[in-house]
Amino acid sequence: MENILELIIASILNHNIALVYILGMCPLIAISTNIKNAKGMGIAVVFVVTITAMINWPIYQLLQNTGTTNLSLLVFIITIAATVQFLEMFLEKFIPKLYNAFGIFLPLITVNCVVLAISLFFVNRDYNFVQTTGFAFGSSVGWLLAIVLVAGIREKMAKNSDIPRGLRGKAIVFIVLGIIALAFIGFTGLANI
Amino acid sequence: MKLIRLKYKKWYNILRDGIHKNNPIVVAVLGICSALAVTNKVENAIAMGLGVTFVVMASSATVSLVRNFIPSKVRMVTYMVIISTFVILVQMFLEAFFPSIASALGAYVGLIITNCIVMGRAEAFAAKNPVRYTLVDGFASGMGYTFVLITVSIVREILAFGSILNFRIMPATWPNWVVMAMAPGGFFVLGLLIWGIREWSKFYEEAV
Repeated sequence: MENILELIIASILNHNIALVYILGMCPLIAISTNIKNAKGMGIAVVFVVTITAMINWPIYQLLQNTGTTNLSLLVFIITIAATVQFLEMFLEKFIPKLYNAFGIFLPLITVNCVVLAISLFFVNRDYNFVQTTGFAFGSSVGWLLAIVLVAGIREKMAKNSDIPRGLRGKAIVFIVLGIIALAFIGFTGLANI
Repeated sequence: MKLIRLKYKKWYNILRDGIHKNNPIVVAVLGICSALAVTNKVENAIAMGLGVTFVVMASSATVSLVRNFIPSKVRMVTYMVIISTFVILVQMFLEAFFPSIASALGAYVGLIITNCIVMGRAEAFAAKNPVRYTLVDGFASGMGYTFVLITVSIVREILAFGSILNFRIMPATWPNWVVMAMAPGGFFVLGLLIWGIREWSKFYEEAV
């Protein structure tokens, strides 16, 4: 149990998927213009990542037993696309409130590299089911943290800062991300993964 | 005379768009994850760039071949399946012939699937154009991407390890900037590169 807690903390802070492994950058840069959207996207990612990792783990065991691990990429991406589609329909039908809050972000998630990366990482690191779930949850919460941090800074920046013309728009986000990533290096050694 | 006429050829315009005017990283800011994560060494950047170029060309051509048979509702999933087939090819090729690069790139080879450039070209170009133009377009986008990757990785490898392609060029007393090999270095170098290119080509975004 302690190990799981350590794994979750490590994947949120010192092994942050966005700021250390640099994954999920496209949506992070595109949607971080205000905090409200960033939160919606982040929470949708937490849901989808945790659920798809839990589905992909048993599927990978099946592939291993039949000796077809070469196909894992293809199978993972189909599972992810199907899960996202299913989740969208389920939310629309049964929890319309939640659907209105972040339903528009769901189709975008299929091309978010975080989802696929988690599935590939648990393969590389030989996690068991509980570890996979913890790792997936922690990493996606880490991504949520990163996108909300960036959105907060961009919101403030939009109001009162004089950015050079060439850096306006998406380019300045890289500088912001670089500085946040530098800060996150301070967490190195906090917990082991 | 021939050179002047070249400018009006469709494939020439597509090529120029992909590499310069519409460079996927600098202008559209797509496919950033791999551009940052694998660029701490030049050899990784070259492998990644060529891999993406191959996948873009092959998958665009395939999408364009079957574009009239795919119902529009399931087209995304179809693209995904096509793209991941080619990515698996790249992965097996690297593992067989360049095992050291394959292990350095790790999971990032598989993540070519979710590289927005591939999907973007399939959706925006290949779904509407004949095969021969999609090949040119895929090549142009891939080369534009590779060019940025190699530039970023040269800067990072010199500063972080004092070498290019593992060939030492800095004096032995050069202190390695470890931070350049990690995430922040990638962010700063790419941010400054985009700034430079945008100032040079006078491409500005007005929103903050």
